[in-house]
Amino acid sequence: MFLSLFYLLRANGLSISPNEWITLHEGLRMGLHASTLTGFYRLCKAIVIHSETNYDKFDQVFLEYFNRKDEQPELSKELLFWLNHPELSENGREGPPESTAISRDLIDRLFTKRLQDQKDEHNGGKRWIGTSGYTTYGNQGKKSGGIRVGGEAVHGSAYRIVGERRYRDWHGDNALDARQFQVAFRRLRQLTAEFRGLNDEMDVEATVRKTCESGGILKIEPARPRKNTIKVVLFIDSGGSMETYQSLCSMLFQSVQKAGNFKELKIYYFHNVLRKNVYLDPTCDWRSGISLDSILNQLAPEYRVIFVGDAIMTPEELLSGKRGAAGPVPDGCGLQNFLRLKKKYSHIIWLHPQPRPLEHNYFTKTFEVLDSYFDMYPLTVDGLTCGIKKLVANQ
Amino acid sequence: MEQFQSGKDYVAGDDLLQAVNIAMALQKPLLIKGEPGTGKTVLAQAIADFFGKELLVWNIKSTTKAESGLYVYDVVQRLYDSQLGVNGVDQIERYVRLGTLGQAFSSEQQVVLLIDEIDKADLEFPNDLLWELDRMEFHISETGKTVAAKHRPVVIITSNAEKELPDAFLRRCVFHYIEFPDRDLMEQIIRAHYPELDNQLLQQALKIFYQIRNLNGLQKKPGTSEVLDWICALQISGAELDLKKNPLPFTGVLLKKNEDLNTLAKNFQGA
Repeated sequence: MFLSLFYLLRANGLSISPNEWITLHEGLRMGLHASTLTGFYRLCKAIVIHSETNYDKFDQVFLEYFNRKDEQPELSKELLFWLNHPELSENGREGPPESTAISRDLIDRLFTKRLQDQKDEHNGGKRWIGTSGYTTYGNQGKKSGGIRVGGEAVHGSAYRIVGERRYRDWHGDNALDARQFQVAFRRLRQLTAEFRGLNDEMDVEATVRKTCESGGILKIEPARPRKNTIKVVLFIDSGGSMETYQSLCSMLFQSVQKAGNFKELKIYYFHNVLRKNVYLDPTCDWRSGISLDSILNQLAPEYRVIFVGDAIMTPEELLSGKRGAAGPVPDGCGLQNFLRLKKKYSHIIWLHPQPRPLEHNYFTKTFEVLDSYFDMYPLTVDGLTCGIKKLVANQ
Repeated sequence: MEQFQSGKDYVAGDDLLQAVNIAMALQKPLLIKGEPGTGKTVLAQAIADFFGKELLVWNIKSTTKAESGLYVYDVVQRLYDSQLGVNGVDQIERYVRLGTLGQAFSSEQQVVLLIDEIDKADLEFPNDLLWELDRMEFHISETGKTVAAKHRPVVIITSNAEKELPDAFLRRCVFHYIEFPDRDLMEQIIRAHYPELDNQLLQQALKIFYQIRNLNGLQKKPGTSEVLDWICALQISGAELDLKKNPLPFTGVLLKKNEDLNTLAKNFQGA
């Protein structure tokens, strides 16, 4: 029952599990909704929503579901196949969409009629359900404010979404939320376990336990101080192309401070490449500048280094330097400072917020260069976990 | 089963009442969030009073471990007893003390268990309680016994959203966010606490209170408990709420931060 509501809620980004849905039905069977719509609304909300931040979204979806008389129409497999043109997703972005003049009521009626009549695939047209067309139904089209059928959102203007692929987010590669960030950083620890010199600390708990176990004859247990000895330094790329990932980076910043009880934690900012100075402030304001040389002098080799950046810039910025310098890396180029760090610190990873570029072109060149020197991981659950394993490992 | 309703001393919105009834019928923990001072903690007491059940409170602190809510094995006492030759040292059960959760499980009557401010504890704390709250039982490894709930307690959990709670934990709870009461509900709440309050004073106080709450830039908005204290203070002192004549009295009861008091002074003429 209400399965289409379940999928509609899920399609709108509310992660509800079947378990909760079954619980809801248990509640319905017990009559907890008191046979009223308000009662059902409250029951549903109490069971499937776990954060007040989702209340608003839930209300919208719920309202949409019960205001609409018809259920989600069943789409034929053929139609979904005709509509599956992911390669078009770039074209659709050209130019602003035209807003539609006809009413939603009419769109709904036209859509239902076309669903019944359509026999073939139609793309770029003005009548049938298809892609890149001029109708208010279909996907990748030129009209905004209609019904999206299958495909991917382009302008995000559809008032109704039909036949969305359901299994899109199943792999654990979603961008991190703050909690998962913190949990991942918890793994970044190296505890002192071995005795170092004098046993001058007594483990009271263990002493008591040992003494009890031996029937009251005192047995002293020395403490093994277990403290996280990991020291971490973060270099975060700030500004320019990184603006897009600002919220992700600020989440990382907060999580690393909250979760990691590191022995020491330093955070510096840079823009695209490491130059003479790095900055304490994300705006890279010159007043907060600190010379990279002094940082290299201060921070011992046991520091774990994490770069956060998209590694995308013009190739000249990274690679141009004085001509005629010996070796493959020109003197004074942006890459050189990165390599100075690599030489001193054995544990370095690079986290990139965007997905790995799949093709070679002018803009991905710098990524490939840095990729050949550093271990690069995407800033996702899996990526961060792998990266942190790398940081902890003894080399 | 009897339905939970607003009582003499505790007035709640319909949606909260229904959330309580849903949680009790489904026998799931009820997770309550909301602004400070909206009566999250008082709710458990009200439920206990309404159904005539005992209330057990487990206050969570940043150092609280999940196991300590189940049971504690008092090894030190056992050591003392063994050295003094007390009888029964060989019976480990004597030294196993049940924690709040353990008490709630082993109680002969159904109890109301309040786990207060669960977000204060360590990040992993809620995960450590998943099994116990789901099955309402746990195992004491020292004695080899299993404590299973004779009557599943009514579990109320409050959170101030200081930390995010893990998904697996959330999925096992019925969730309700207590909205800040609107003026009508607030009037009922105040009436429940001060039945003999002068109506004119109440209306004036409410008007000013909601004006203060809606001020821009307050760091900590005054909540229900603050307005109740404030009205109590007004009533006892007999101060007049005439802003044209007098400055606003007892603002320190409503606002607790210096910055907020300054904001108030700037926005309220004569305050």
